[in-house]
Amino acid sequence: MNEVVEASRATALAAPAQGSFRLGRLGALVQRESVFSWLMLTPPVLFLLAFLGYPFFYGVYLSFFRREVAGPASFVGLGNFVTLSKDPIFWQSVGNTIKFTAVATLLKAAGGLGMALVMNQNFRMKALTRAMLLLPFIVPTVLSTVAWQWILDPGMGLFNRLLVVSGLATTGPSWLGTPTMAMVSIIMVNTWRGLPFFGISILAGLQTIPLELHESATIDGAGTWGRFRYVTLPSLLPVILIVTTFSIIFTFFDFQLVYVLTGGGPANSTHLMATYAYSLSMGAGQMGLGSAVALSMVPVLGLVLVLLTLYVRKD
Amino acid sequence: MVGELTWRRRLLGLWVPLAVFYVVALFPFTWMAATSLKTNAELYDPTAMPLAIRHPSLVHYIDLLRETNFLTWTANTMLVAVVATGISLLLGSMLAYPLARMRFRGAAMLAVTVAVTYLVPQTLLFVPMADLIGRLKLGNTLSAVMLTYPTLLVPFIAWLLMGYFKTVPKELEEQALIDGAGRFGAMTRVILPLCLPGFISAGIFAFTLAQNEFLYALLFLSRSSVRTVPIGVVGELIRGDAFYWGQLMAGALLGSIPVALIYSFFVKYYVAGLTAGAVKG
Repeated sequence: MNEVVEASRATALAAPAQGSFRLGRLGALVQRESVFSWLMLTPPVLFLLAFLGYPFFYGVYLSFFRREVAGPASFVGLGNFVTLSKDPIFWQSVGNTIKFTAVATLLKAAGGLGMALVMNQNFRMKALTRAMLLLPFIVPTVLSTVAWQWILDPGMGLFNRLLVVSGLATTGPSWLGTPTMAMVSIIMVNTWRGLPFFGISILAGLQTIPLELHESATIDGAGTWGRFRYVTLPSLLPVILIVTTFSIIFTFFDFQLVYVLTGGGPANSTHLMATYAYSLSMGAGQMGLGSAVALSMVPVLGLVLVLLTLYVRKD
Repeated sequence: MVGELTWRRRLLGLWVPLAVFYVVALFPFTWMAATSLKTNAELYDPTAMPLAIRHPSLVHYIDLLRETNFLTWTANTMLVAVVATGISLLLGSMLAYPLARMRFRGAAMLAVTVAVTYLVPQTLLFVPMADLIGRLKLGNTLSAVMLTYPTLLVPFIAWLLMGYFKTVPKELEEQALIDGAGRFGAMTRVILPLCLPGFISAGIFAFTLAQNEFLYALLFLSRSSVRTVPIGVVGELIRGDAFYWGQLMAGALLGSIPVALIYSFFVKYYVAGLTAGAVKG
């Protein structure tokens, strides 16, 4: 009995010395989870509000004004969006963006799945191979795109030189010079750069599939295809979905690849919404109209985000 | 018989596709290197084999370093990437720590907001951002990109770090609180050190992204002395319609090497960061 009292008195005396009370009332307040949290959160939240939140809403505001770079702004309501709806180049850029995103994402997903399945076997120097195959994704996009521009050069570029040297053609195609080939080219370069991202992510997903699943499927009589169809693919679905969502967003809003490779040409045939927004606002100096093009991309972003949220909620 | 079968399977199922992936991934770099090492006479000789080098020459590299501000651009790129990564790691961990480990009102909403801002592309923001930087009188200063790159990096870093912060058991923190470390001490002395791999992943990722950035640099940096490598190479080595391919490829290769080098040292962490979202999500 005495011992217990002694012990509790000791803790009671020790507690203020060791615990938060030593820090005083202010200190004790800071030790509360919510106060501490918001003290920590305030600087990053303020930063993001100033440099992300403010520009976003200012962009929305700008889209309601006719505003040249030099000169006063005048309120035009939805005028900019009406102008865009009658602008054939705008609609062309919308079509291009959708085509570019859809084809490139499909190619990257299919190729990435293939790469992951190949890489998921046992072989020597696997780590080195993974590092090497990821290089296209690491190297600054603009620099590799400049190299591609040179690969696709109609006269002295690598592709056409190889075609001529091997005797497959007397003169190669004008890769960036005709509307169809230019679209093919930008999709090809985007796929080259983005495929390893799919490959490595899906590979990481593959490695989380327990071996027992494959073993029990084999015992149940599943062949290679059966195991792929009923074990591998369903287990990979969440990874593929997330990676595809990311890729759709980053491809849909891509700017630098097209800006460097074709500049949107020839005859606007590769203008994406991003490059068109840039050329309107920076090239032609129409900030309001450019903002309106950029904002027209929000519904797509919203749709993808809603679908993703619904999927995550379902789990 | 069985050995033969598996051998053929290995060949068709592994070595051939692997070789194809290797060639596709790496031939542009080979082409860059081959071009940068040839003299112009050999480069534009239609009878020469395109990928072979008969008379290697460093003339394009010498010209690049002598005639352009390439070294300045490289220094600018490094400085910007280091500062932007530092700011982003600091702000990102301040954002991630409470979200991952504390209970407070508004936590759920804030977490969703962070995820959404990560997916808001800069394409949406560049017009007003250009205006904002102009009004802050930051045009043609490195501060313009040092301040704007973290907007691209903080949400991602916060998201990545949250995953790492959550893995540290609550008991360790409680023990530190009982020992009188206080919340701040528990964070800096107990939990953050345990999450070092997360910081390396996030740092490497942010660093390569900052080196890669193009749009904001294009908008804010038009004077040669403040440019970064991507903007310098595209803006100054392509003069009008004339392409100096030898110099361009030398610049592209030299500009890629720092990123590739740093990446090769930390490839494990880079891959961990890259796949964290996909696998954990």
